[in-house]
Amino acid sequence: MSVEAHEIIPMPQPEITGREESIPEAARRKLSSPWATGLVILITIMWTIPTFGLLVTSLRPAEQATGSGWWTIFTDPTLTLHNYSEVLTGGSVIPNGIEPYFFNSFAIAIPAAIFPLVIACMAAYAIAWIPFRGATFVFFTIFALQVIPLQMSLLPLLQMFNKGWSLGPIPIFPDLNKPGSSQSLFIGTYVPLWVAHTMFALPLAIFLLHNFINQLPRELFEAARVDGASHFLIFRKLVLPLTVPAIASFAIFQFLWVWNDLLVALTFAGGTPDVAPITAYLANIKGSYGAQLHLVTAGAFVAIIVPLIVFFSLQRFFVRGLLAGSVKG
Amino acid sequence: MVELSAGLAKVATGLAAVAIFLALLLIIFFIGSRAKGRLQGPAAMIVFLGPAVLLLAYGLIAPAFITTVGSFKDASGKKFVGLANYGWIFTTPDNQVFLRNTVLWIIIAPLVSTGIGLMLALLLDRMRRESISKSLIFMPMAISFVGAGIIWGLVYEYRDPAGQQVGLLSQIAQWIGWQDPPNWLLWQPFNNFFLMVIMIWIQVGFAMVVLSAAIKAIPGDVVEAAELDGATGWKLFSRVTIPMVRGTLIVVLTTIVIAVLKVFDIVRVMTNGNFGTQVVANEMYAQAFVQFDVGRGSALAVVLFVAVIPLIAYNVSQLRKERTIR
Repeated sequence: MSVEAHEIIPMPQPEITGREESIPEAARRKLSSPWATGLVILITIMWTIPTFGLLVTSLRPAEQATGSGWWTIFTDPTLTLHNYSEVLTGGSVIPNGIEPYFFNSFAIAIPAAIFPLVIACMAAYAIAWIPFRGATFVFFTIFALQVIPLQMSLLPLLQMFNKGWSLGPIPIFPDLNKPGSSQSLFIGTYVPLWVAHTMFALPLAIFLLHNFINQLPRELFEAARVDGASHFLIFRKLVLPLTVPAIASFAIFQFLWVWNDLLVALTFAGGTPDVAPITAYLANIKGSYGAQLHLVTAGAFVAIIVPLIVFFSLQRFFVRGLLAGSVKG
Repeated sequence: MVELSAGLAKVATGLAAVAIFLALLLIIFFIGSRAKGRLQGPAAMIVFLGPAVLLLAYGLIAPAFITTVGSFKDASGKKFVGLANYGWIFTTPDNQVFLRNTVLWIIIAPLVSTGIGLMLALLLDRMRRESISKSLIFMPMAISFVGAGIIWGLVYEYRDPAGQQVGLLSQIAQWIGWQDPPNWLLWQPFNNFFLMVIMIWIQVGFAMVVLSAAIKAIPGDVVEAAELDGATGWKLFSRVTIPMVRGTLIVVLTTIVIAVLKVFDIVRVMTNGNFGTQVVANEMYAQAFVQFDVGRGSALAVVLFVAVIPLIAYNVSQLRKERTIR
């Protein structure tokens, strides 16, 4: 279905719940067998048990969690919420809690999902509906930019934010310092994170949204143009409202991506509680307090609960975005 | 409660940034829409396409050039050293480990993930109640690599075989009669496979959902016709289903290969590349941000870049083909 894979968002949407009948009913009955069902159930259990083990361990008192397997709760059912209160605000074992990082993750992920979305929508509209020479070239170039791995951008971007860029004597990006200090204005702020995530998201976002916006009915735009509407008006009053399904899919996709990212976070935020997200905190306590299973698991559960809620409540949109993004580089 | 209000203030900062951003856009839109006559088109072009082009130029295109140039320079990025960094990557005996591991990763993880995903997609297609299984198998997709690392760290947790077991894998090994299971993450070279399992755990759901959609899109009459001709079971699968979803299979495989090439978080969190588990992406991070060797870090990034090129090139050519068909 490489055609569908590229057409993506506007294609007939497969849903996680409910199904279309593709294989005729009789054939399906003939093919479905107890062992097939059994195999699926077995794999489902295998896929779920590790996460279940994490949840159980995070609820066990320190001694039990580090001294016996989580499956022993069936014979020794002692559970506690103490690990969560300790990991949230910090305690005797891990001095600083997860709470500031948890909020940092929101403060990073919400703008870092919305900025690229809006900018990509505008670019996609321009490529699709503002006639200009080279539109196809621009489109393919942007798609091909996915070839550049994040890793290639990290060092130069970090330098740009910290020291500015110049090509010989020509400044390309100014060296912005805090007043009265040689430290960059951006250190200790979310700005580099927002900007970096926005930059890295654009190729895929423009590609997906273009596929959607490109397929809006031509007559709509022609009629609006004849009525004298400017591109700005058309974009706000026509394109944005009609593109909501694609926007929702991409927003969820990007939110989860940013929330779960570690590489960009470590590079542009370091590990400080001022701006670093929850993934950086987790990687840190896994390294330093790895033996404190009860606390590390509680921290991990706090970190994965938000994406899990988003995932289970908006699964349909997520699947749509995923099918759309199956060409992501 | 001090922390909570400080936390909410942070979220408010994020929301304020969004509000300022949207307000700025509205102002620019207002100015842009004042353009009259001949200027209308160009003004709209600049406003709509300008931000994206600027961000892509600063964020991807210029850095790609800078990194490529940097890969020919020394550790501090001051002196040109020719191909020395590439020589270091490919001829240092110690580096064979991360090169070998990366090759193993890009072969095994995508094939296994896609294989299991395809099998599940086929099995689920025949089941009446598929939704719960599908959701649960798909769930790891929403979990970060760091979170997944902690989840699986618990599975691989090592304890003295004589005592109580905490790690599930060791316990299962003992239950089935392997009395002294090793410390999985130190057990070379098999520890690489235990790390790959984490990637596979995450990617199977992706492969399953995408392939499942492709299988459902196969027209019913095609299947019926094949059945009238007597195709069943394996024949139906190999002659009808697989050719019909071939394109999707390739998309899924290449997507996972690209994800695997860049895998960094799993290795960093689980072993930090020790015990013979290093991969290119984590070595790149270590060289660039721990050793501060800009030259080697850049050269490793270029290696990743070169490895991704054929995959994206293939996708672009597929896309062009479809565009011309349409």
